[in-house]
Amino acid sequence: MNPKYDLPQGTLDLLILKVAALGPVHGYAIAQRLEQVSKHVVQVPQGSLYPALHRLENRGLLAAEWKDTETGREAKFYRLTRKGRAQLEAEADGWARLTEAVALILKMSESGAE
Amino acid sequence: MNWLQRLFRREKMEQQLDKELQFHLENHVAELMRAGVPGPDARRRARLAIGWPEEVKEECRDARGTRWLEDAWQDFRYALRTLRQKPGFAAIALLTLGLGIGATTIMFTLVNGVLLKPLPFPEPQRLIAVHGHSADWNAAVFGEQNLSYLDFLDCTIASRSADLGAMLMDGGSVSQPGDPEYVALREISANLFSVVQVPLAQGRAFLPEEDKSGGPPAAILGYGFARRHFASLAEAVGASIVLDDKRYTVVGVAPEGFRLYGQSGEEGDVYTPLGQYSPKLLQNRHIHPLRIVGRVRFGKTIGEAQAEFGLIGQQLAKEFADTNGGRTFRVQPLRPSTGEAGPTLWLLLGAVTLVLLIACANVASLLLARAVSRERELAMRVALGATRGRLVRQCLTESAVLGIAGGVLGVLLAAGALRPFMGLWPGELPRAEQVQLDWRVLVFATVVAFLSGVLFGAAPALRAPFKNIERALRAGMRGIAGGNRRLHAAFIVAEIALAIILLVSAGMLGRTLLHLASLDPGVDVRNVLVARFALSPATLADPGNTRAAWKEVLERARAMPGVKAVATVDTFPMREGDNEQAYSLSPDVTDESKLPYALLTSVSPDYLRVMGLRLLGGRFFDEFDTPARTPVIVIDDVLAHDAFGGQDPVGKRLWIPQMGYGGNVFQIIGVVNHVRHWGLGADDQAKIRAQIYYPFSQLPDNFMRRWSQLMSIAVRTEIPPLGLLAPLRSALKGETGDQVLYEVHTMEQLASDSLASQRFLLLLFGIFAAVALLLACVGIYGVLAYLTGQRIPEMGVRIALGARAADVIWLVLRQSLSMIVVGVALGTAAALAAERILLRYVSGMQPSAAISFAVMIPLLLAAALLASFVPARRASRIDPVVALRQE
Repeated sequence: MNPKYDLPQGTLDLLILKVAALGPVHGYAIAQRLEQVSKHVVQVPQGSLYPALHRLENRGLLAAEWKDTETGREAKFYRLTRKGRAQLEAEADGWARLTEAVALILKMSESGAE
Repeated sequence: MNWLQRLFRREKMEQQLDKELQFHLENHVAELMRAGVPGPDARRRARLAIGWPEEVKEECRDARGTRWLEDAWQDFRYALRTLRQKPGFAAIALLTLGLGIGATTIMFTLVNGVLLKPLPFPEPQRLIAVHGHSADWNAAVFGEQNLSYLDFLDCTIASRSADLGAMLMDGGSVSQPGDPEYVALREISANLFSVVQVPLAQGRAFLPEEDKSGGPPAAILGYGFARRHFASLAEAVGASIVLDDKRYTVVGVAPEGFRLYGQSGEEGDVYTPLGQYSPKLLQNRHIHPLRIVGRVRFGKTIGEAQAEFGLIGQQLAKEFADTNGGRTFRVQPLRPSTGEAGPTLWLLLGAVTLVLLIACANVASLLLARAVSRERELAMRVALGATRGRLVRQCLTESAVLGIAGGVLGVLLAAGALRPFMGLWPGELPRAEQVQLDWRVLVFATVVAFLSGVLFGAAPALRAPFKNIERALRAGMRGIAGGNRRLHAAFIVAEIALAIILLVSAGMLGRTLLHLASLDPGVDVRNVLVARFALSPATLADPGNTRAAWKEVLERARAMPGVKAVATVDTFPMREGDNEQAYSLSPDVTDESKLPYALLTSVSPDYLRVMGLRLLGGRFFDEFDTPARTPVIVIDDVLAHDAFGGQDPVGKRLWIPQMGYGGNVFQIIGVVNHVRHWGLGADDQAKIRAQIYYPFSQLPDNFMRRWSQLMSIAVRTEIPPLGLLAPLRSALKGETGDQVLYEVHTMEQLASDSLASQRFLLLLFGIFAAVALLLACVGIYGVLAYLTGQRIPEMGVRIALGARAADVIWLVLRQSLSMIVVGVALGTAAALAAERILLRYVSGMQPSAAISFAVMIPLLLAAALLASFVPARRASRIDPVVALRQE
């Protein structure tokens, strides 16, 4: 098994928002999807997942609703609110610029920097 | 869901949280099993992945953002539980606090109603009072100047910034309906009610055409008067009354309790239009009888009104230099006038606050003692991970619960005791109808309760154990008790210092009252009846008739059995009303404003006998002092001393520039003793004390009407004076039956009433001081009992090593003595400051701190030592074996 990486600080919220943007989803599905999409590279801290969900709900970025799953069990589904969508866009934008900048720095050829 | 819902649906949320986590776990287990992991292993791995469920839940709860509230709720229930566990402690603490907060709330309710609330008119902040002002007028001594009618009319026309209304305080006799009676008459401008914006209780206000000379005679009745004389208010309107022999049609009834200034006795019985009032004094700019109120117009400020009236004043000063020269107008916000009640109320609020502080200190030391015994519990919680903030919060919640419960108790007490307490107020409390438990009072009580809670809760809370947890846990309550001895001592010191302030203040008031009551009022107060007297209005038209009528009144009264002597007099010692005039020893007066002032009293010859004045030189008036003779006066020894020093004043002359008759020069024919006109308490500090008597019989004809309206009679009797009242009334009714006696007092009453406010203050300060002393003793006892309780093993060792009982007692007493001495020292300094305040605000106050200290400090020392002696004695009887076994 390949080693898994911990998520950088603060990115969990962003990833949750992104997953929720695709449609109402419950907590376990969020964890699953994150691991699948990242091809099992990212270690989802399940212990932090629920406090994060509750925090986002409390801040009004997510809205929650109890609904039946396909298997007929009741689960708490989270969906993105309008405020959440705005937050997601702002944070995704910020993240893209940050990674770009980090990549640029890492690509500097050592001879170029005298 | 908002935070409130979250708080109250806590249980449901907990269930949902459980369910959500459970769902996650089950899904995870199912997935692992699908991937081939055996059941038990799958469950273990799923659990490992999510972590300790309680921790996750705790973090989720934190994420909800209502954590502090849930904690507070938890603390609150915990506090109730701990209080219930010790009902004795809770009862004592609650009672102490309830009484303290209740008493403070009562005093604040009075201060709020009487002093702080604005006048009960719409938009009171836009109401103003307009006063006259000139450089030679000392408003601090004489009060603000009123306006002349003509000035008022000019101001009304010229002003763009405010609407003005005017009122003249007057009196008259109503002969119909009912028995003749003297009434408080108010001549008002037609717009007065609309300026203050109060609707009439019934009917209408005056019309502009009624507010003119020759207008149809219309009257508005005071609410109380209308109630007394008519079956209903509606019946009053349209009826007619006969006022000073003139018939008026009633057009309206004033609102209940209508008073512009909130003064007691200000409410009018009858209102008539000012413009119809004919006397010449209204046409004279030199005479300023009108009280002016105004309402600043929309969009204007009081500052703008002041500027405008200043300009109008300058204009008038130019135009009418002889009457208005140097005179201008001053605009001030219209405020209730509450007289002496103000300082008294503030003093009492201050005193009661001291009592509350003592109560807080007491409860604090009780709580502290309890907190120490809970040291172990608190240490345990720290060890389990409670943060310092969390523990402090919990302790504060406990004291806040106590504080709030005490506050509720206090407000209930205040609500019950407010009216009975107001009944004790000496004389009439101004604006009493405004005194209510309203939202301001509730806010005040809540803030006081919270502050007290924090005040007595902070010390125990902040000393929660954080260092040496391990030691605290091991030693339990005993080992570390010494550390907070200083804190306990601080409470005792504070209690004693506060108690000293109250004790010494009460002592000073008591000393003062004794002194004042022993003073000679200057008149023989026994068996003297005084009453205002209104002649039949018909006799006032002609001065000759007026003189004859007064003569007849005196003769009839003197002829009655039981009457020794009778006199007419305009102003009375120790009763409201006086006539202040400047006097001079020579006719050339350059600056009238620099002249000394004296109180003038117009009397008939028998006044000397009625009042029992002592003639110190010369003679008093007799029936030969008529307008035809040299105008004469009698002065008192104060004036004789002030003006003539050692010389004999009899035969000398005095100029009284504003007297208005006899060329304003008067010959002194006699000297009498000084009379305490301002009351037993206030006279020594009064600004104007010198007295001049002048004979009513020498007044010229044009004075007769006005003076007769102000006149009183004084009767010296051989029997208790009130017994003569009914016969006097019927004997003096006059031929037309419309002559009335009103405002009846005995001189004894007036003298006693003049000390009523000092007596009242003494009573309350006495009660407060006694409560303070008791609380302080309870506090000392509690703290020492606790501290010595902590030292039982030590005492045991001492006794085992041979200490005698006296040594142990002395050991404990020494500890308390040092606290007491520091408390007394601080209290003494504070009491000296309190003395200054009392000297300034209580009239007749004697600087008597020294005597008071000499009495009160030993009293307090004795009480405090007695309170410490009980625990000391208990300590001395410790059985060393038992004590050591405890260790």
